[in-house]
Amino acid sequence: MTQVRDHTAPRRRGRVPAALLVPAGLGLLFLVLPLAGLVIRAPWTTLPQRLTEPGALTALRLSVQTATLATVLCLLLGVPLAWMLARVEFPGRRLVRALVTVPLVLPPVVGGVALLLVFGRRGLLGGWLDATFGITLPFTTAGVVLAESFVAMPFLVIAVEGALRAADHRYEEAAATLGASRWTTFTHVTLPLVAPGLAAGAVLCWARALGEFGATITFAGNYPGRTQTMPLAVYLALETDLESAIVLSLVLLVVSVGILVALRDRWMTSA
Amino acid sequence: MSGALLDARLVVERGAFRLDVPLRVAPGEVVALLGPNGAGKTTALRALAGLHPLTNGHVTLDGIDLDRPATRGWVPTERRSIGVVFQDYLLFPHLSALDNVAFGPRRHGVDRRASRATAREWLGRVGLSAQAHRRPRQLSGGQAQRVALARALAVAPALLLLDEPLAALDARTRLDTRAELHRHLSAHPGATVLVTHDPLDALALADRLVIVEGGRVVQEGDGPSVTARPRTDYVARLVGLNLYRGRAEGHGVRVAPELTLTVADRLDGEAFVAFRPAAVALHPTRPEGSPRNTWAGTVAGVQRHGDNVRVQLDGPIGVAADVTPAAAAQLRLAQGQRVWVAVKAAETHAYPATG
Repeated sequence: MTQVRDHTAPRRRGRVPAALLVPAGLGLLFLVLPLAGLVIRAPWTTLPQRLTEPGALTALRLSVQTATLATVLCLLLGVPLAWMLARVEFPGRRLVRALVTVPLVLPPVVGGVALLLVFGRRGLLGGWLDATFGITLPFTTAGVVLAESFVAMPFLVIAVEGALRAADHRYEEAAATLGASRWTTFTHVTLPLVAPGLAAGAVLCWARALGEFGATITFAGNYPGRTQTMPLAVYLALETDLESAIVLSLVLLVVSVGILVALRDRWMTSA
Repeated sequence: MSGALLDARLVVERGAFRLDVPLRVAPGEVVALLGPNGAGKTTALRALAGLHPLTNGHVTLDGIDLDRPATRGWVPTERRSIGVVFQDYLLFPHLSALDNVAFGPRRHGVDRRASRATAREWLGRVGLSAQAHRRPRQLSGGQAQRVALARALAVAPALLLLDEPLAALDARTRLDTRAELHRHLSAHPGATVLVTHDPLDALALADRLVIVEGGRVVQEGDGPSVTARPRTDYVARLVGLNLYRGRAEGHGVRVAPELTLTVADRLDGEAFVAFRPAAVALHPTRPEGSPRNTWAGTVAGVQRHGDNVRVQLDGPIGVAADVTPAAAAQLRLAQGQRVWVAVKAAETHAYPATG
């Protein structure tokens, strides 16, 4: 009761409890330290030479190509799927939404095995594709694209569906009163309205496809120049040449950070 | 009215709510659906636009059934000859004012250049040529409203629909925009249906008022007849009249078990009696030998109303009275106080409740 309070001092909400501060700091350290280690251990002197090694370049090119193709495939199939989930009432919609998110939580290796069972040479669809069209998917570059799409598409669908739900559907009604069919409304009104969400979803999708490992190595194997993407190359290099693995990892790190920066600057701040 | 361009009976059932509004609009005519919130006005408008299917009834525009559940007749929104001005305009945020207006003509098969020419012309008509390349978020409320109107009219719709076209504007912009909107609506050769809860908007813009309450039409007519002879409390409140319903016999209308009002008009049967709050006089004691319509009332509320004081009184009938501040001071009006209420017969207006 006799305590004197200094009323001129700024109001405080009390100290941050150590029980929260310490784990928070440890958590941050845990996330940042390995990345720092990567940078510290990088063979900076031989870096340019290692980067231009044909193996590294080939893997990088293949990764970028397959991730981009996978993103295109995801856009072509995922955006309509997201639209259906967001705009059309149909029986079993909740179930479909749950199914779409399964690859998100499924271990990618399991996804790879599942893909093999369906698209493998003796799989449900693979045998028919092989017999009818002579198309073989496993252990090919197309197989890499397929594996990456399988794992990355949920990211796109969820992002786009969220954007569609957040967008005011009455703009679509306004378009209809002006004579726009549902398809024209979709292309001329809905897509532009959700463009930021669509772009964010596509970048997330691309990043996930770029980093794909488990489903790719299971379904497409590890053939340099054909199915060996960067993550696979890193894993392989780790067993033979540590420095090479570090350099390849560094490249993936730079690309990832680049995506993060692009997302922050172009979409996240405006959203 | 055999020459109705729009002939509709809008029946929409939604849970316990039932909308049943017959509506006929002649070419060039502007009809206002006026009613309190939740009366079903917007639902009626959405039904006309095809954004909400009818449960029953029909929408026939220019001889074509747009919606008739009985015969499964249905023309989707995008194929109806309509233009809609939404309450918050819904201008496409990613398009310029010009492209917003050109959107309709473009969807109606006009090529890009001609669509833009039409859009430019319409923007000129609403006085926004200089703002053609602005995005909606760069426009003021009044400008956005005019772009929305131009966008709806650019397709030359047979039926123009406006949902609370002035509600989103501040008072000052509203006045200018209302006058301008009236000019454009008068010039529109098709039928126009506008929905509003603001009697001033309705009176200023419409040729005919259709009053909707609880999903039903309670009164219909041109502005002067509706304001002079309100038929529901809602309309009476809108136009600022005291309104009572009772049984008339000659010059007397029994509006409460123990109160019969003497009126100037002579009529028999169910009748309405209306009079202005300013026609009500208040006295501290029973007035001697003057107006015949006097009764004792209790002050239920006192508040400022323009230059006067509006007094709400309970009694055999609830009544609003407008008195001068001086009179209010003299009477020392306070809640719960008893006063004598007087209304001259000559100040009342009585009319039949039926027909």
